[in-house]
Amino acid sequence: MSEPLTPEARTAAPTELRHKRTNLRARLRGWVPYLFISPFFVIFLVFGLFPLLFSAYLSFHRWEPAAGLAAMEWVGFENYVYIVLNDDWFHKSLYNTGWMAIVSGVPQHLVALPLAFFMHMAFKRWRNAVVGAYFLPFITSSVAISLVFSTLFSRDYGVINASIAALHELPVFSWFLPAQNIDWGQPQYTKWMISFVVFWRYVGWNTVLYLSAMQTIPKDLFEAATMDGATRWQQFRHVVLPLLRPMIFFAVTLTIIGNLQLFEEPFILTGGTGGIDQAGKTAAMHMYATAFVDGDFGTASAVAWLLFMLIAAVTWLNNKLLGQKEDKA
Amino acid sequence: MIKPLLLALAGVTFALATAGASAQTKVTLTVASFPDLDRGVKAAIPLYQKLHPEVEIKLASLAYPDHHTAMTTALATGSNLPDVMAVDNDFIGKFAESGGLEDLSKAPYNAMQYRSKVAKFSYPQAMSGTGALNAMPVDIGPGAMFYRKDLTDKAGVTEADLTKSWESYIEAGKKVKAATGAYMLGNAVDIKDIYIRSGLKDGEGIYFDKKGQPLVTSARFAKAFELAKAARTAGIDGKIGAWSNEWTEGFKRDRIASQMMGAWLNGHLTNWLAKESAGKWRSAQLPNNSFGYWGGSFYAIPKKAQNKAAAWEFIKFLTLNKEMQLEAFRKLDAFPSLIEAQNDDFLNQPIEYLGGQKARQQWKLAADKIQAIAVDKYDPVAREVVNAELEKVLEQNKDIKTALADAQATLKKRVRR
Repeated sequence: MSEPLTPEARTAAPTELRHKRTNLRARLRGWVPYLFISPFFVIFLVFGLFPLLFSAYLSFHRWEPAAGLAAMEWVGFENYVYIVLNDDWFHKSLYNTGWMAIVSGVPQHLVALPLAFFMHMAFKRWRNAVVGAYFLPFITSSVAISLVFSTLFSRDYGVINASIAALHELPVFSWFLPAQNIDWGQPQYTKWMISFVVFWRYVGWNTVLYLSAMQTIPKDLFEAATMDGATRWQQFRHVVLPLLRPMIFFAVTLTIIGNLQLFEEPFILTGGTGGIDQAGKTAAMHMYATAFVDGDFGTASAVAWLLFMLIAAVTWLNNKLLGQKEDKA
Repeated sequence: MIKPLLLALAGVTFALATAGASAQTKVTLTVASFPDLDRGVKAAIPLYQKLHPEVEIKLASLAYPDHHTAMTTALATGSNLPDVMAVDNDFIGKFAESGGLEDLSKAPYNAMQYRSKVAKFSYPQAMSGTGALNAMPVDIGPGAMFYRKDLTDKAGVTEADLTKSWESYIEAGKKVKAATGAYMLGNAVDIKDIYIRSGLKDGEGIYFDKKGQPLVTSARFAKAFELAKAARTAGIDGKIGAWSNEWTEGFKRDRIASQMMGAWLNGHLTNWLAKESAGKWRSAQLPNNSFGYWGGSFYAIPKKAQNKAAAWEFIKFLTLNKEMQLEAFRKLDAFPSLIEAQNDDFLNQPIEYLGGQKARQQWKLAADKIQAIAVDKYDPVAREVVNAELEKVLEQNKDIKTALADAQATLKKRVRR
């Protein structure tokens, strides 16, 4: 005789199983968030942290990579000493980098600030289209931009020289414009040419940054200023500039970092060589050449770390100058 | 214990693989190359598979600089190495010294036995300081001067004027410039490049001697700089870098009257650089009885490659098979390194683009006269340093002696190590 199992009894065994499953699930559930965020950490470890540490390690070695990892030879600070004391090309490229960082960087902000203010005040309906037009160079591939500009600046067949030649025909311009085509590859022009392209490329980006910051300024401030009889210039000087300080700090920091790492534009405009007398060679280009032309990865890594330290120092200085006054104010 | 075991195993595998078709084990051979050299491999695949149906060939081709960077990385880490690795002339010194490639002079390859079969200057290029042969030459680039016959005719300049001496070449350039407005040459740097390569003895290096000491203050460099400067002063060079926009446009618009380069330039002129001026170009020997090479390509086997035996068979097919060498010559103007192919009747055929000239014979003559120049792994660094100083001489009137002394000092500092 068998009593029919109560529903509880019937489910007893599966419940146990279910409990186990639930436990497992609960335990798994604890891990799931980590699983979901793991791709970032895995990718960061493989492509971020590892190369970073490896290049630091490498900077203390002499290493010709084609000979394999076994060929690494510990040299201590020799690479750093060589770069700081003896590597004339690094010194030159560092000077070029600084020169172009200032000449292309400072005007970016001097133009972007008033331009953003003008756009903020003048354009109501068409603002987005105008902003888009200014932003376009920033999102265009730097390779494409550099190729287009190297065609424009072409000595014999470039539009720029053709325009200068056409203007030269006119009576007034003929006084100060050259009759001969300008060879933009000459050392005295190289840095100007690169700086112009960099300026053109990033001025829109900064304008957009400033414009977005201006849009957060309460309208009442402008209205109150207008009521007090403040002119546009006074509004810009006394309302916009102080309130924009955090954004100026941010934008200038980005410019400093970007300009000290400048690579693609000068690389393509000078055909990878830095131009005559290396007039357009940047520190990043020197690093690349040391690694991939000379095959000296140890020294190249040391250049990378020196550059990093330099960028950190300049950013810190910028923070001292622009960033902290905000807190005191 | 492991090593001898591995060696024995490798030996057995090699023996099995060389037994070839009889073993009938399917082998997948990976070949890494770059354009246009890869066209030779593409042409070889169907021909090779007829002979070796058991071998499947996978070609991985990257752009020229990317290929060499990828190969450097692969050699550095010992992973993702192909079985057959293409190496261009510019990189052969560095790769040959790296120790990451098989020494083909040793067993089981014993490639020294083929030395007399190929252009005599090609083997030494791929040899390291220790005498190891690290790659097999697949094509060579005998130097030639291509010139525009219509422009020189207009200026009343003969081929002899162009080739007699460097001085006569520069004089002829002045006449061409005056009569046609065309630059005699793209860049004065070209003259320096040829001059420092000519007149070398067998085994001598361009920039370094056998002990690794820089040679850039030698009379050879001084003369090369003087000639380049003379051409610049005469205003006959376009200050145009090779492969730039200006350069390609210069050809299209009849602005460049001559160009010295490897014989392979004929292919580039014919196919894209100056298609329209077919029949107007000619080829001549370099001025002043100079003979030099531009480029050349090699195939090597990495030490950590998977299918070395099959790789060697394929490399032999690419480099020592007459039909294959001629096929590459026909398809991509790659001048054969194999002497047997150089003696083929194909070299007697007139080249329509060059006005029916039998220029290939001329290139062969040059190839026979080119000396074996020793390569150094620091050659690329030296080239960079020397070119930087030459630019100062040409553009900023820097004194040649000072420039060369500076180049020597910079070079010593840079290869300190």
